[in-house]
Amino acid sequence: MSGANDPYDPKQVAALSPEALEAAVGQAREAFAKAADLDELAAVKPSHLGDRSPVLLARREIGALPPAAKADAGKRVNEAQNAVKLAFEERRARLQIERDERVLRDETVDVTLPWDRVPRGARHPISTLAERIADVFVAMGYEVAEGPELETEWFNFDALNFGKDHPARSMQDTFYVAPADSGLVLRTHTSPVQARTLLDREPPVYVVCPGRTFRTDELDATHTPVFHQVEGLAVDKGLTMAHLKGTLDAFARAMFGEDSKTRLRPSFFPFTEPSAEVDVWFPEKKGGAGWVEWGGCGMVNPNVLRNCGIDPDVYSGFAFGMGLERTLQFRNGLPDMRDMVEGDVRFTQPFGTEA
Amino acid sequence: MRIPVTWLVENLEFAENPTPDQLAEAFVRIGIEVEDVHQLGGVTGPLVAGRVVEIEELTEFKKPIRYCQVEVGPDQVNGIVCGASNFREGDTVVVALPGAVLPGDFTIAARKTYGKTSNGMICSARELGLGDDHAGIMVLPSGTAQPGDDAMELLGLGDTVIEVAPTPDRGYAFSVRGLAREIACAFDVPYRDPGTAEVPEGEGEVLPVHIEDQAACSRFVARRVSGVDPTAPTPWWMRRRLMLAGIRSISLPVDVTNYVMLELGQPLHAFDASSVKGGLVVRRAVAGEKLTTLDEQVRALDPDDIVIADDSGVISLAGVMGGASTEVGADSTDILLEAANWDPASIARTVRRHKLPSEAAKRFERTVDAALAPVALERAARLLDMFADGSIKPGRTDVGAPSLPAPVTMPIDLPDRVAGVRYGRGVTARRLGQIGCQVEVTTGDDGATMVTAVPPTWRTDLTQPADLVEEVLRLEGYDTIPSTLPPAPAGRGLTEQQRRRRTVSRALAENGFVEVKPFPFVAPTVFDALGLPADDVRRTVVTVLNPLESDKNALATTLVPGLLETVQRNLARGQKDLAVYTIAQVTLPRAQQVPVPEVGVGERPTDAQVASLLAALPQQPVHVAAVLAGDREQVGWWGKGRPTDWADAVRAARLVGQAYGVELTVVASDLAPWHPGRCAELRVGDWPVGHAGELHPKVVEALGLPKRTVALELDLDAMPLTDDRPAPIVSAYPPVLLDVAVVVPQEVPAEQVARVLRGGGGALLEDIRLFDVYSGDQVGEGKRSLAYSLRFRAPDRTLTVEEATAARDAAVAAAAERFGAVLRG
Repeated sequence: MSGANDPYDPKQVAALSPEALEAAVGQAREAFAKAADLDELAAVKPSHLGDRSPVLLARREIGALPPAAKADAGKRVNEAQNAVKLAFEERRARLQIERDERVLRDETVDVTLPWDRVPRGARHPISTLAERIADVFVAMGYEVAEGPELETEWFNFDALNFGKDHPARSMQDTFYVAPADSGLVLRTHTSPVQARTLLDREPPVYVVCPGRTFRTDELDATHTPVFHQVEGLAVDKGLTMAHLKGTLDAFARAMFGEDSKTRLRPSFFPFTEPSAEVDVWFPEKKGGAGWVEWGGCGMVNPNVLRNCGIDPDVYSGFAFGMGLERTLQFRNGLPDMRDMVEGDVRFTQPFGTEA
Repeated sequence: MRIPVTWLVENLEFAENPTPDQLAEAFVRIGIEVEDVHQLGGVTGPLVAGRVVEIEELTEFKKPIRYCQVEVGPDQVNGIVCGASNFREGDTVVVALPGAVLPGDFTIAARKTYGKTSNGMICSARELGLGDDHAGIMVLPSGTAQPGDDAMELLGLGDTVIEVAPTPDRGYAFSVRGLAREIACAFDVPYRDPGTAEVPEGEGEVLPVHIEDQAACSRFVARRVSGVDPTAPTPWWMRRRLMLAGIRSISLPVDVTNYVMLELGQPLHAFDASSVKGGLVVRRAVAGEKLTTLDEQVRALDPDDIVIADDSGVISLAGVMGGASTEVGADSTDILLEAANWDPASIARTVRRHKLPSEAAKRFERTVDAALAPVALERAARLLDMFADGSIKPGRTDVGAPSLPAPVTMPIDLPDRVAGVRYGRGVTARRLGQIGCQVEVTTGDDGATMVTAVPPTWRTDLTQPADLVEEVLRLEGYDTIPSTLPPAPAGRGLTEQQRRRRTVSRALAENGFVEVKPFPFVAPTVFDALGLPADDVRRTVVTVLNPLESDKNALATTLVPGLLETVQRNLARGQKDLAVYTIAQVTLPRAQQVPVPEVGVGERPTDAQVASLLAALPQQPVHVAAVLAGDREQVGWWGKGRPTDWADAVRAARLVGQAYGVELTVVASDLAPWHPGRCAELRVGDWPVGHAGELHPKVVEALGLPKRTVALELDLDAMPLTDDRPAPIVSAYPPVLLDVAVVVPQEVPAEQVARVLRGGGGALLEDIRLFDVYSGDQVGEGKRSLAYSLRFRAPDRTLTVEEATAARDAAVAAAAERFGAVLRG
């Protein structure tokens, strides 16, 4: 160390020599690079950026230099100090990234672990199918009509043009309730809602009625005594069988895709005349696209209109009905209808909230 | 009905006969359902007629075996082993010779069996694919064929049998006659109707017949054939047709009646005339009367049964089955033939009552052509005359007054208007004529062209214009009707109630509940298992008269039993953690059940009649119910499961309320089947709408349910459809959060404390939340501490702590005043 007023040649002050400063910078870089983590880096920081670090010690020597040499030496020291700082910051940034990455890596979990604390809930596919169908018709301007399951014979049979001795009225087909002459049955179809609606509203009437129905069939793979139907009814001026066909075709497309369509075969129902069976073209039928029996339909029998106080010379109408269990059975390829009624949660769960 | 194609086309004038498949397609297109098309044959190789020359009975085997010498061609006799024994030496049989292949790929070869070499097989009808008759081998009437004749030709194995199922309104289609007419319409070919043949005038009555009950019988015709050779065989062609139609040959007189029934559609009955005592009376049975029917069953008759009686009493269950006393037997030579028109509904009831379905009854139930009886009798009498040397007596009895179809008039373009099609000129009149109507086209006063059709006697189903319309449309083909959407009406969408029911269902499903659909049938004994008091209103049920399971004869008044049964079934199948729900109607009888009024048809019932129809029905509100059992949260890698508890049921009930748009309040209750200390009643305002909580331990035990099974049931229809339109104002100012713990008597419900605190806290209290419940030494006997977080906030400024504290103090003061609540230090 020399005195303050000594006229030293700065080049002779070793600490300020470019070589010394370069060496100091080099040592700092090397030390920072060696630091494996932020703690080690912090530990070596004072040796290279602290008050006793070579560069800062060199800076002290500047004051002793002749004025002419100060600027030059100062510049050199600044550059050296900046280089050390930069090296430090770069290393610190690097180590911070590494640390952050390591923390995240250490927090890694197996995201495939099951998370079924509360098992999945689901709606019954018959319910969602009924709603889907209702929505198709609501979109066509229909409204959803409802009626009770325990029904008067008048609504279930008489109003619908079933003769007093029609075999469907027998206790072999229909559930009756006590007393024997109660005149009350568990509705055998959703059609009584037709009569209820026509008594309740002025035409034009466009309604669809999904609901639970009952017949005394033993439960087996293709029959169930408690089942569901969806009924459609339109009564308006000038309705034709072509309108019925168009409506069924639109229904079929909505349910089974754009390639679907319907076919009508003449048939017989007391409450429609003319009557038809509806077959639907089901593109995904097992064993190849083909016709599947779907339901019944026809033009509302004028007797039914009369029974509901509607003049058949002014109004005409069409009606149709399908079984939901049957529809679900062929649509989803379900082999056994019993699964739909037994309530085994394993049957319903896969359907989730949409059928 | 099964019908051979060769029979079907017998009276049709085709330039070229359609294929069986084309015929079947035509049936379907015009509305006759086809159940099956059986192509006969499937036989190749030598199949010949043979004459049995000699029978050697082999007795050393377990079953009787015959070794027969059968002449199968000129100077050719084959030894054939046969297991049947319904034939004699001299009989003509059908022999499949070695090299023949029978249906089912059954190859005939010479083979050694039962110690003999069998050179061929003597065939049964079933082995030849001719029907189901396997009672023995087929014996052909003598003289039908010579040994060696080709049996393929003889049996008509090139034929096809079409099996059809006409709809019940088309009684005429249960005959070759009716079906052939349908085909004539479908193909537009001429048709000779054997059902309208002229019959000679009868000379006097064959016997006196009195119809006592005109409603039971609209026409009764009788004819008599005497000198019938009882040994005369049924000709082969007739037997073949009966066989293919599925009817077994019995004897010539019986076969003739069946044959004519199939051909024309008129069921006939043959009596042994010598067994009939005096004249006949047609009447209803008298209570206590009995009849031994042809099947040797003694039947107690019902006063609703129509019977035919002679001087000895009832001799026939009319239209359904004859009596044994007048049965045509092996020595009957004098045959009384009867053809009648019976009341279809009575016949249907008798069939059901006596469980006696028959080919005849099937036709009577569907109405038989009122003009057909004499024609059919004549046909049958002539067949007996021809094949049994009978002589037809000159007399004919024909009594009764059949009603004939009335004319129906309609605008001639009505079919066009119903179909939405413009049919060609003359189509309607032509089609109506084709089905047998007498058609007249006129111009009405207003210049409109009208068509009047007098339906033929076999079409009693044609009573109104719509019926004629259907005939035109189906014969023109439904496939010619275009597909057009009607103009869309302006619908109002789902009702509020329908939307909310959907939301309830979806909310439950999304919260882990699985929807099930139990049947509404319950056994009344379940109410005992549920511990319902004797006077509980839910025990008042509507009873099903004809349940499928005799014990489950009540309509559900509550959805819980059905759900519990579903839970039991799932448990039995190994599922332990369950949350199931259902939404369905229940049936609640009214306190005063009003009888259903007699309401007619033909016009609108009066408003009063409609009202009384509706009032006669029990109430049927829609309920929602759920049952949870086992763990609500499952055991897993995260740790233990959380068992279901009462709070899950209450939470689900609240969820239902929220989904339905109402805020339910909870009060402690005590109602079976719930645990008396863990039963919540849910209310809208002061109106109870249901219950939720843990089931009574005794119920759980009685039904074998997992411990702590919980349930809820709410009446959705009892919940109001609130028109709640929230308009929240959201303050952006910071809140002040303060906690408070109050000590209250143990029995004070937390819900009430919160409500009072909320009221006392005033408008600045934004939210209140219970975060701790403590009871123990620190708060003293009979008390508990409820700790709440209170969040205060002002809508228009930053709230100061002082303001918030003042509001909190006010809240606590309110609780102190109401419950004697003490701030816990």
